[in-house]
Amino acid sequence: MYETTYHRPASIDEAAALFAKHPEAKYLAGGHTLIPVMKQRLAAPSDIIDLAKIKDLIGIEATSDALIIKAATTYYDITQSPAAKKAIPAIVHLTSVLGDPAVRYRGTIGGSIANNDPAADYPAAVLALNATIKTNKREIKGDDFFQGLFSTALEEDEIITSVSFPIPAKAGYAKMRHPASRFALTAVFVAQTRSGEVRVAATGASQSGVMRVPAIEAALKANWSVGALDSVKISADGLMGDIHGSAEYRANLIKVMAQRAVEAAG
Amino acid sequence: MGVEGIGARVARKEDKRFITGRGRYVDDVKIVGLTHAHFIRSPHAHAKVKGIDASAAKDMPGVVDVLTAQQLVDDKIGNLICGWAVSSKDGTPMKMGAWPAMAPDTVRFVGQAVAVVIAETKNQAKDAAEAVVVTYEELPAVSSMTAALASGAPQLHPEAPGNVVYDWAIGDEKLTNDAFSKAANVVSLDLTNNRLVPNAMEPRAAVAEYDDAEEHFTLHTTSQNPHVARLVLSAFYNIAQEHKLRVIAPDVGGGFGSKIFIYPEEMVALWASKKVRRPVKWTGDRTEAFLTDAHGRDHISHAEMAFDANNRILGLRVKTHANFGAYMSLFSSSVPTYLYATLLSGQYNIPTIYAEVMGVYTNTTPVDAYRGAGRPEASYLVERLMETSARQLKVDPAELRRINFVTQFPHQTPVIMAYDIGDFGASLDAALKAIDYAGFPARKAKAKAAGKLRGLGFSCYIEACGIAPSKAVGSLGAGVGLWESAEVRVNPVGTIEVLTGSHSHGQGHETTFAQLVADRLGISVDQVQIVHGDTDKVQFGMGTYGSRSAAVGMSAIFKAMEKVEAKAKKIAAHLLEASEGDIVIENGEFKVAGTDKAIALPMVALAAYTAHNLPDGMEPGLKEGAFYDPTNFTFPAGAYICEVEIDPGTGKTDIVDFVAVDDFGRLINPMIVEGQVHGGLAQGIGQAMLESAIYDDNGQPVTASFMDYAMPRADDVPSFRVSHTTTLCPGNPLGVKGCGEAGAIGSSPAVINAITDALGHNKIEMPATPGRVWEALQLQQAAE
Repeated sequence: MYETTYHRPASIDEAAALFAKHPEAKYLAGGHTLIPVMKQRLAAPSDIIDLAKIKDLIGIEATSDALIIKAATTYYDITQSPAAKKAIPAIVHLTSVLGDPAVRYRGTIGGSIANNDPAADYPAAVLALNATIKTNKREIKGDDFFQGLFSTALEEDEIITSVSFPIPAKAGYAKMRHPASRFALTAVFVAQTRSGEVRVAATGASQSGVMRVPAIEAALKANWSVGALDSVKISADGLMGDIHGSAEYRANLIKVMAQRAVEAAG
Repeated sequence: MGVEGIGARVARKEDKRFITGRGRYVDDVKIVGLTHAHFIRSPHAHAKVKGIDASAAKDMPGVVDVLTAQQLVDDKIGNLICGWAVSSKDGTPMKMGAWPAMAPDTVRFVGQAVAVVIAETKNQAKDAAEAVVVTYEELPAVSSMTAALASGAPQLHPEAPGNVVYDWAIGDEKLTNDAFSKAANVVSLDLTNNRLVPNAMEPRAAVAEYDDAEEHFTLHTTSQNPHVARLVLSAFYNIAQEHKLRVIAPDVGGGFGSKIFIYPEEMVALWASKKVRRPVKWTGDRTEAFLTDAHGRDHISHAEMAFDANNRILGLRVKTHANFGAYMSLFSSSVPTYLYATLLSGQYNIPTIYAEVMGVYTNTTPVDAYRGAGRPEASYLVERLMETSARQLKVDPAELRRINFVTQFPHQTPVIMAYDIGDFGASLDAALKAIDYAGFPARKAKAKAAGKLRGLGFSCYIEACGIAPSKAVGSLGAGVGLWESAEVRVNPVGTIEVLTGSHSHGQGHETTFAQLVADRLGISVDQVQIVHGDTDKVQFGMGTYGSRSAAVGMSAIFKAMEKVEAKAKKIAAHLLEASEGDIVIENGEFKVAGTDKAIALPMVALAAYTAHNLPDGMEPGLKEGAFYDPTNFTFPAGAYICEVEIDPGTGKTDIVDFVAVDDFGRLINPMIVEGQVHGGLAQGIGQAMLESAIYDDNGQPVTASFMDYAMPRADDVPSFRVSHTTTLCPGNPLGVKGCGEAGAIGSSPAVINAITDALGHNKIEMPATPGRVWEALQLQQAAE
């Protein structure tokens, strides 16, 4: 690791001011991506601005319409939240199969979304529920947020402050874990909104990151059932193929995980 | 058995310091004036080193020096050796290319060092390393054995034409071919034994210190055998004479074979400590472990088994290619030959065997012994072949094994090994009962109704431990003897120190070895301290690998104890005015049998050291040593049964039950034995389902981190059901056989036999990942 200066601001404004002062700075949340990359000397931020202890960035609340999770809330706190469990149990399930206990104690929802790893779990929920990403500057809809591998609509200095998930009529998440990394080899989030719209997102499968799955959405829109997907064919075009699974295998997993997510959603 | 004697489940004495974070590992060593080494490693699998420009790096903050491979050559530091000479079937010696500790002109695998930066801090060394300019001229690389053996393939070493190290054979070719010509049935199988990365929890490390005034080196290193390290470093590498080199292997966090070998980094650290006149520390990181720790396995084999009309085995024919990587590591030559092909008879009566093994160079990390070392490859081949044969011959797999079991002992196999004792049927019976074999069809039907594919697989493995006797291994080409030494020191107050040449890096010797002493004297294990891992304390030893520490290391302690007890009895008899023959040892006392006359051990010890009243002519003191050289290998064996369920939607395999019945002879501490079996099973299951070291066609490692190399986690393995049958080993005084590797040797064939049973065909290789299992299911559906 190269030398760096560590900052622990007490507020969002202080964090943004520090960033403005240090153009080579990086924000740090749970650190599961940034710290390993720094240890490998593949990143050399002059300054590290730690967001994880900012009180205004931690907390979970549910309204009648939405589950709002502040950005620096840890996965562990999400798994333990009665409000989250009541509002969108699929989000809690997703969080419970994310990483391992050590990861869940430290990792944060904002960090995961901002990083947009193509095999991360949260992007699937954000996209399927068309959640609203609130930052210190604006609000961004889930549909507009993810822009390909490790790329988002966020500007360099922008800080996610919270994620607001609309409470769906039904939602489910099913994940096939990557045998080594425990990221998603392929995972699917299915949702039926209160207005009857069906949205399905797959992560870990596509060469360009989290994606909607129109074929499955159409089938579920017509008939919200596991059996409705039996005849759906998912193309392997554009899907990842590597030592852990071919593109054809991932195409199969999209369908199978979607079926299991529907089953979980009820 | 006393409460802390042989057979007792004594809690591990060493765990207090390990669990509370107070172990003292090599990286914990701190010396005034310490410098830090960082190696500059090749990013290419095969390249010429055209030049190294370190001028800018030498001026960077904190840099003490930058040392290059050429300086190592100029100082006449020796090349790395391979300590076991194996000849080809035509009688020619193996063909080995030179392996310098840093490469002066050609690099042959990604990660091979070409230079080292010595700096005040590790970070400064890394900063400076980025300023060292190494100019390479890339050469075409071969990353697979197929590529290495192709005509016109790039050549790694001029000494080894065609990239072939040796073309070795064992057994009788003609007799075996005759057996096949008479066979009623022949079953054949092609197998890949996947390459594994050992991944001990503690990475390798070295701290080297040179004392200018004494011209003396001290090396702290992560070694399973510090005395062998000192011997090799002094006798072959021209670094220091033996009496001027102290090697200390303190707490070592796992080895699995990978810490047997003496690596370039230790050599360079020693050499550099004298060059810069400062102590030098190198601690590898996980990436360096992936790139430079000797890998394991990596065989491709074709095997055929001949049967008569009654399903009795007539013969076995095997052709194996073994990948050695870019250089011949310390014991690599013996692994696919004398540690592999000699076990190809398995638990069976096989009248004749012929096995050919070709050793091949590739532009990959060197391969050497890894938990089991050759024996897992043998058991995988034999047990996959037995299961496949049972299916093709339409015989129950348990029955086919039983028909062919060796039942008379001793049993001479056609491949050197002579099995001393065993009861293979007893282990199999116990395993069948434990798994409820008769209930399997009902379980399979129930699984099918739930949309799952259930399969059951056997593995009746045998292995050879305690690698011995020295005379025999010497005749097979080993460069060292394979005995063990021990010294028992009874202190004047009656506490005991046992110095052993075995080395504990997770095995629990500080407990089990103390249990032996406690058992013999009837004292508490707290009265006994085990001393190991320091060449200044222990006179000599061969270290720990090959599950040898109980059978060989403890036997040496046993022999030394006998001498101590004999002298103590003489003293006790003298003090009690009794006949020496009437003295018995009980509960820490020397008693005159049949009387109430007794004297406690501390009083006997004190008498030995005060020497005020010893028998005429007796030397003072109570300390004895012994060297123990076994008469034969030991042969742990057992029956494993694995039951799996495959989810056809995802290809994910769950091990729903795993029964292991082992015969390890006498158990010293059943709790520790069970722990060894659990760990071994997890490693074997890891090989079968998760782990694989993969290179691309250019020799670049694809799986060089835990993001892609899948280690088994707790939830990947079931709750094992472990039990034992017992035949006492006649070859050593304790009747022990060894338990460290069995789990890793026996489990992978059981898992793959179960998966192929569930699949209904054999077209899958290790690791049977969900992706591969799913592809295999598609093959089957396409066929249907």
